[in-house]
Amino acid sequence: MKMMKRWLTSLGGVGLALAAASASAEWGLNMRQGVTPISQEVYSLHMTILWVCVAIGVVVFGAIFWSVMHHRKDKGAVPAKFHESTTVEIVWTVVPFLILISMAIPATKVLIAMENSSDSEMTVKVTGYQWKWQYEYQDSGIKFFSTLAKSTQDARNLDYQGDINEVEHYLLDVDNRLVLPTNTRIRFVITSNDVIHSWWVPDFGWKKDAIPGFINDAWALIEKPGVYRGQCAELCGRDHGYMPIVVEAMEPEKYQAWVKAQKAGLSAADAEAGKSWTKAELITKGENVYNANCAACHQANGKGLPGVFPAIAGSAIATGPKAGHIDIAMNGKAGTAMSAFKDQLSDLDMAAVLTYQRNAFGNDTGDAIQPSEIKAVR
Amino acid sequence: MSTATATHDEHHDHGPAPGLMRWITTTNHKDIGTLYLLFALLMFLIGGAMAMIIRAELFMPGLQVVDPMFFNQMTTVHALVMIFGGVMPAFTGLANWLIPIMIGGPDMALPRMNNWSFWILPFAFTMLLSTLFMSGGGPAAGWTIYPPLSLQMGDGFPFMIFSIHMMGVSSVMGAINVIVTIMNMRAPGMTLMKMPLFVWTWLITAYLLIATIPVLAGAVTMLLTDKFFGTSFFNAAGGGDPVMYQHIFWFFGHPEVYILILPAFGVVSQIIPTFARKPLFGYSSMVYATASIAFLSFIVWAHHMFTVGMPVAGELFFMYATMLIAVPTGVKVFNWVSTMWKGSMTFETPMLFAIAFVVLFTIGGFSGLMLAISPVDFQYHDTYFVVAHFHYVLVTGAIYSIMAATYYWLPKWTGNMYDERLGKIHFWVSTISVNVLFFPQHFLGLAGMPRRIPDYAPQFTEFNMISSIGGFVFGLSQLLFAYIVIKTIRGGEKATDKVWEGAEGLEWTLSSPPPYHSFTTAPEVK
Ligand SMILES: [Cu+2]
Repeated sequence: MKMMKRWLTSLGGVGLALAAASASAEWGLNMRQGVTPISQEVYSLHMTILWVCVAIGVVVFGAIFWSVMHHRKDKGAVPAKFHESTTVEIVWTVVPFLILISMAIPATKVLIAMENSSDSEMTVKVTGYQWKWQYEYQDSGIKFFSTLAKSTQDARNLDYQGDINEVEHYLLDVDNRLVLPTNTRIRFVITSNDVIHSWWVPDFGWKKDAIPGFINDAWALIEKPGVYRGQCAELCGRDHGYMPIVVEAMEPEKYQAWVKAQKAGLSAADAEAGKSWTKAELITKGENVYNANCAACHQANGKGLPGVFPAIAGSAIATGPKAGHIDIAMNGKAGTAMSAFKDQLSDLDMAAVLTYQRNAFGNDTGDAIQPSEIKAVR
Repeated sequence: MSTATATHDEHHDHGPAPGLMRWITTTNHKDIGTLYLLFALLMFLIGGAMAMIIRAELFMPGLQVVDPMFFNQMTTVHALVMIFGGVMPAFTGLANWLIPIMIGGPDMALPRMNNWSFWILPFAFTMLLSTLFMSGGGPAAGWTIYPPLSLQMGDGFPFMIFSIHMMGVSSVMGAINVIVTIMNMRAPGMTLMKMPLFVWTWLITAYLLIATIPVLAGAVTMLLTDKFFGTSFFNAAGGGDPVMYQHIFWFFGHPEVYILILPAFGVVSQIIPTFARKPLFGYSSMVYATASIAFLSFIVWAHHMFTVGMPVAGELFFMYATMLIAVPTGVKVFNWVSTMWKGSMTFETPMLFAIAFVVLFTIGGFSGLMLAISPVDFQYHDTYFVVAHFHYVLVTGAIYSIMAATYYWLPKWTGNMYDERLGKIHFWVSTISVNVLFFPQHFLGLAGMPRRIPDYAPQFTEFNMISSIGGFVFGLSQLLFAYIVIKTIRGGEKATDKVWEGAEGLEWTLSSPPPYHSFTTAPEVK
């Protein structure tokens, strides 16, 4: 019922939305021009081909329309006798062929420029995971995961009661943005840890598949500072629609400052991992790690999805011996969507999330797993 | 051939077995054609219901109707059902009904195999659809079932693979039957270059089927052994190559696209001359264009995978080869337009669908040409632009031709005229709604909406709502189609033998409906 009502209101909204179409700046009709030299070339190539197609369409559909209007029996038209002409057949084979050649030449130029990723000034490694991205700055060693922002995470459920339009950047926001310098030739090396994903920021003018066991490369030179949003473009399982990409491009000086701050943060985190943690601290921390990494499959309530993703609530593993629990989380389970989290989570995060799982959803083992125990099995 | 005709003569009075057994044991090309067509209609409605679920979920942003996992199952099974259960069996049904009576033969050449190739299908699709109720649900990795994702499927996995094998066996047997029939059962004087274009396009399609279905069978078998028998064909960790699957799949998949459209070209080439009252323009160039398209279809497969990271030379080759397909396809469109030109046209329902086919298929062709340009495809790939493209080609292309064919030959098949007023209503409601459904998807794709997502960012809301409304209307109007077909089967104004004033060809020399054994004595072909 509630759904019906929401639908009816939005149905009314369609009319209003149509009326307000010109007022809404976000009603995209066409490809974006983007912010790299390549994306602009791609855009103008797209427009050229589009207009060529429109021109051919006008001629062909015009002929059909004319024929339908005039060559009809109820207007007394008598059928002509012609049904063959080699000359005409040759003409309409050769002319389209020449048009195609005129399209192929600029297309070849753009393609060659796109695929030349040499002379890069910095390299970022992008790794796809079900369902998040990992960014690794090859030059400065900075490395982090980028997952769907909490605001969307809460709003993306079937039983969500609020208004989606009020969630800022719904579906297109992340916790950690990929920060990049402008006016720098950046090379991306793209791969995957599990299934095939595809890394796509429309403002850069391309997408590239992230394939396990393969390393693809591509490049971009961002000319304008700003925030650019994109999404995973290759079906990668249940949460394929929920692994956005957010790039923040800033002037090189600002970017250097950002790099410095990140490095300082890294060494602080190392120091934290060394100490011993109380169970309560681990559980608090673990809940956040759980929601960012586990809840997509096992659900926020730990009940999983019957037949697809097993429950953690009351599971034999999460309430059994620590060693088995640590093993499946670290190494994953082959042939299923459960991937190895060994390289995705730090000792501290792993310890925290496992402690959380062993004490939440009615699992009351009462024990805590310390970061040192994780370190011991690495 | 003459002996086959002679044996039939001895018991030409023998009609169909009574009751249900007639349909289970039948070896009659018309009965089997009817079974195929009704099966396709049923699958079209089931696949359509899945599309309604998809469009309902996408009506507005946020999740309202289904879990994302089930959404993925719907997009996947919708495609498998529509392609393998809807369009392909419909064309095989048309082939069964029409090829023998178009070439002046008594029946298909291999009638028992014909029975078998149909009766495999209900089992194959029952098995495929039953996976939706198994632990882990139905296939959810897209109809292309790319590994490694497809290997994450639950208990239904082997059933899905087996059902694809069964569909493949059925298609290959159907194709063999078509080739053997065309090569051996033609009436004296029916030379190859006198055959109706529908027969020609099906002959070429049948070769495509035989060449590519085994490739699909190989690919899915490798998936099966990767999952259950420890092989690593597509597993990078074991030294395999997930991209190899895509190459093998699309080596099947691209010719498959033409399997779905060449018979449609044939249908339209039959219908337009009838209602323009003027012979088809450029018959022989139509045959050569069909053959060229079929040949090119084998060397363009990797344009479906420009983003996997191929060498530049590979990308250039596949881009040029794909662009070339525009030439023979253009020739066909120009020939159809020239057939209409200076004709004396009337616009009965089959003609309306055929003209809409020419226009809307051409729009799909334009977007196809745009997708062929690899540097721009890096933007279009895996977005709603692609979804719009292939639905223009498959819905307003293949399915429109099947509807045109149904209205065109239904009076011949049943002996009754369909209701012309209802037919026209069906056409106009469908054609307006199908454009409301698919045209805005071009904009969504260009604006950056990926395909196969259950939920989207709010800036895509308006076009998705428009598209969903078009979808619901289009879906409902197909119930009208089913009603019209059933009504015509049950009765109506009696059709003449020729049915249409401008109709040409052997099928119109038979009574409406034709006798149980079509041509028991070979007709004379001038
Ligand atoms: Cu992904």
